[in-house]
Amino acid sequence: MTCDAPAAEAGTGSTPWRSYGTKRRSTRTVRVRVSAALVAVTVLAVLLVPPLAQLDQQAVDLAAELQPPSWAHPFGTDDLGRDLLLRCVYGLRVSLLVGLVAALVATVIGTAVGAAAGALGGWADRCVMRVVDTLSSVPHLLLGIFIVALFRPGVVPVAVSVAATHWLSTARIVRAEVLSLRSRPYIDAAVSGGASRWRVAVRHLLPAVLPQAALAAVLMVPHAMWHESALSFLGLGLPAHMASLGNLVQSARSSLLAGQWWPTLFPGLFIIVPTLAIAGLAGAWRERINPRRRSELML
Amino acid sequence: MPEQPLLELRAVTAGYDRRAPAVRNASLTVAPGEAVGLLGPSGCGKSTLARVAALLHRPDSGTLLLDGAPVRRWRHRAPRAQRTTVGVVFQQPRLSADPRLRLTDLIAEPLRATGRREDVPDRVAELAAAVGLTPDLLGRRPHEVSDGQLQRACLARALVLRPRLLICDEMTAMLDASTTAALVAAVEDYRTATGAGLLAVGHDHTLLKRWCDRTVHWDDVTSGTSGTSLEPSVPSAM
Repeated sequence: MTCDAPAAEAGTGSTPWRSYGTKRRSTRTVRVRVSAALVAVTVLAVLLVPPLAQLDQQAVDLAAELQPPSWAHPFGTDDLGRDLLLRCVYGLRVSLLVGLVAALVATVIGTAVGAAAGALGGWADRCVMRVVDTLSSVPHLLLGIFIVALFRPGVVPVAVSVAATHWLSTARIVRAEVLSLRSRPYIDAAVSGGASRWRVAVRHLLPAVLPQAALAAVLMVPHAMWHESALSFLGLGLPAHMASLGNLVQSARSSLLAGQWWPTLFPGLFIIVPTLAIAGLAGAWRERINPRRRSELML
Repeated sequence: MPEQPLLELRAVTAGYDRRAPAVRNASLTVAPGEAVGLLGPSGCGKSTLARVAALLHRPDSGTLLLDGAPVRRWRHRAPRAQRTTVGVVFQQPRLSADPRLRLTDLIAEPLRATGRREDVPDRVAELAAAVGLTPDLLGRRPHEVSDGQLQRACLARALVLRPRLLICDEMTAMLDASTTAALVAAVEDYRTATGAGLLAVGHDHTLLKRWCDRTVHWDDVTSGTSGTSLEPSVPSAM
């Protein structure tokens, strides 16, 4: 494949969609590198800090409550004297887990529904797409709140609610792609060669839509993280004792009014920076696999 | 009494919009072992008729008989044995080859799709030699070979299930003279060996006259006189 030409080679400008000026190209390369570094730091922190730092993120130290950032507590402490850096890392861990699981589930559902609708066509396609339209017309945060409200607070209901409300755009993308592929002569050739519907779908259609679906999945990770934070902030997501970025911001609201900025700022940065970094990487990938369709995938 | 035709199209009307069909009232027959050339200007609907004959497009009205049996179902709904009776080569090799498959998989795909994996190595080697593809080309993907080489692979794919009727829809329109000659020779070798029928669709009068046993013009097909208008043509001398 031609996709693996590294970004550093952008200066050669050999491919048609890299024909614009050098200045823009270099800012994009910087963006990709910064995003990659931030994603790497995030992943390392989330994987390494909890097992390496033998510290208890729930350890309450009322003598040290609401201390500003210092060498002992780089991000300060919260209203129960818990170390905020440690709690942010644990919170990010939960948010990333929810983001990845929800994005994966949503992509699998969306790809299956979209591919089935596109490949079957006719009334099946019309019925499925009307259901998709109907669900899309409901504000998805509202629908998500409804779903989490049905269960006890926990990671699984939050992931389910985000996945169940976010497969719609993937289904649309995959269906459109399948519809455009279905009329290609190579599908005719496969039919003429005796291929069953299943064979055509698995051998020819799915491999062709997978890059688009995978990209939609990666773009969905930051979106799902925002949703987790939003649900937790509203008190409907993860249990209140669990360190999640939304819970941290929620519990810091009162101290913000008293002038203590750090319990809100650092969890907020932990929501914004990793999600922007993932979105930046996904955006670069999107431009590489299909430069003409930047606007089609929503974040 | 002549023998039963291999393919018979009776008053076929087909298209993509019922109000404006691309093909109106077309009739055509191909006898077993016969090579029929269908001539017509571009855009007249001959490719649509070829798709109907290959069971890839359901006509709005009319009858299609394969071996005297009327075809009632199309595309995936047609029985596999009926679908694979007809092999098709399309005009544009780029569009008719899955860009992810290597040429060897492209040729072998119909064998795999019909559960005949054990035949793959022998048939692919045999057909690659027949259409003039060297082993190093077989490992490449469609974007790594020329149009002519890709069309050779597409011809091999159409022949891999040993169809009794081959439909070549403007097979050589995109190709140079030497590749055209090689592909026509490969088709003729196959037909000599198996006695298969051929429906060659095109607008190149000279080529089809030399290649086919008889040529019919599109106007005759749609006016219902093609059954009798046997234009004399030079027996295949390619």
